[in-house]
Amino acid sequence: MIEWVNTVLQGILTGGLYALFAAGLAIIFGVMRLVNITHGDLIVLSAFVAMVAIDVMGFNPFISLVAVLPIMFVFGYILQRSILNFTLGDDLLPPLLVTFGLSIVIQNLLLQIFSADSQRIKAGSLEILSIQLYENLSVGVFPLIVFIVAVFIIIGLQYLFSNTRIGRAFRATSDDAVTAQLMGINDRHIFSLSMALALLIVGIAGLFVGISTNFDPSAGPSRLLFAFEAVIMGGLGSLWGTLAGGIILGVSQNIGAKLDPGWQILAGHIAFLVILVFRPNGLFPRMRDD
Amino acid sequence: MADLLTTTNLSKSFGSLLVIDSFHMHLIEGEALGIIGPNGAGKSTLFNLITGSLHPNSGSIVFDGADITRMPAHDRCRAGIGRSYQIPHPFVGMTVFENLLVGAAFGSGRGESESYDFCAQILKLSGLLEKSNVLAGSLTLLERKRLELARALATRPKVLLLDEIAGGLTEHEVKELIATINSIHAEGTSIIWIEHIVHALLSVVSRLIVINFGQKLDDGNPKIVIKSPEVQKVYMGISVE
Repeated sequence: MIEWVNTVLQGILTGGLYALFAAGLAIIFGVMRLVNITHGDLIVLSAFVAMVAIDVMGFNPFISLVAVLPIMFVFGYILQRSILNFTLGDDLLPPLLVTFGLSIVIQNLLLQIFSADSQRIKAGSLEILSIQLYENLSVGVFPLIVFIVAVFIIIGLQYLFSNTRIGRAFRATSDDAVTAQLMGINDRHIFSLSMALALLIVGIAGLFVGISTNFDPSAGPSRLLFAFEAVIMGGLGSLWGTLAGGIILGVSQNIGAKLDPGWQILAGHIAFLVILVFRPNGLFPRMRDD
Repeated sequence: MADLLTTTNLSKSFGSLLVIDSFHMHLIEGEALGIIGPNGAGKSTLFNLITGSLHPNSGSIVFDGADITRMPAHDRCRAGIGRSYQIPHPFVGMTVFENLLVGAAFGSGRGESESYDFCAQILKLSGLLEKSNVLAGSLTLLERKRLELARALATRPKVLLLDEIAGGLTEHEVKELIATINSIHAEGTSIIWIEHIVHALLSVVSRLIVINFGQKLDDGNPKIVIKSPEVQKVYMGISVE
């Protein structure tokens, strides 16, 4: 029994990381209707940026965010303003194609610079520290930190979107970009800010991925898949939904792995399919009337 | 009084279809101007050109002394051009109050907290105060039309472009709307109003422009314009009053 509690608990904590993958993707899709195929590669890119900041500058992993976050924010803004804004329109295909192309570009640039060797960000004793909750039941401190950070980020985003001037501009632009312009909102600027905001979260997710698993330049697409599954299970447009989706994915993967190590990834996909069958719009779909 | 808005030689075509053809018009500061014309005459396109949702093929637009022909739509809103759509376009996922707040905060370049009272006043003026915290997506047509007007007002426009705002309303509702628009005008906002309901238009505007096939057919005192042979011909002899 306690073994199963442990499995579910670890799965929930893994779900926090998946929610971080998914939150950025959800913002990008929610504000711009842009399906960001390069999201996974951006996570890996930011893991490399963090690795360089730690190795070259000698930063502590968490302090490295001081360098990583501004870099990702500015990169996101410029990427959107100089390339992706020109792909947006009534047709969903151009952004798909361009972000797919970007994904290949980023993977190959990373391969060129860092080789195909798998890397890891070292976080010292934090990697093995754990808290004993009960006999035979303990949680790692690092996964717990990741989960708590994910929850706080979602609370923060929720606050930003519902209660601030810029958040209302995000929602208005998401609703109707042409009308938003007639309200004095520069939609191109808002789109670029939303990408920058998404890449801030990607920056944090990248560091956490780098500490918790090995990564290499080709590791992006599988992160993308987890992010997609979490967003869709949660329901497009709901931030808490991405956390729920992430947790479901994490728990089902862990249960799968417990039954048979080969089942880990498959179990996550099965959970995804089951939810799609019963709740095609996800668990917490946003209400719309048009 | 100086001209607030002037269009010179303005033309816009969609493919080979010329929708606005060398259009000249001007609006004097503080004036209420009406525009009529048959369906497809180019009235809404003219508004889209003035607000910046569309860009002209040739010609220029001057607003408040500055050439705005190449200015993006959001800057034109901040410069003082407010617009309400014929078919209301509320931000459906936001409350009525938030719809106004967005316009007030971005359109007039102020902070949100300094706009609260202002938004509340507009809601009161437009009869939407009780619906403040309702999602805009759940409003009725009349309420949506009012929101459309209220949201345009929230951007503190110098000129308000109204696109068939009385269409689809009952006689009584039209009367209320006229009273609202007259009070907005009385407070100093210039108005350009496109409307098919001519008697509503005539109770507000002091000048009338007639458009057909993208060209200006007539321009002047509403009572005289309405009676002119060209206008009678365009409306195929149907009394426009």
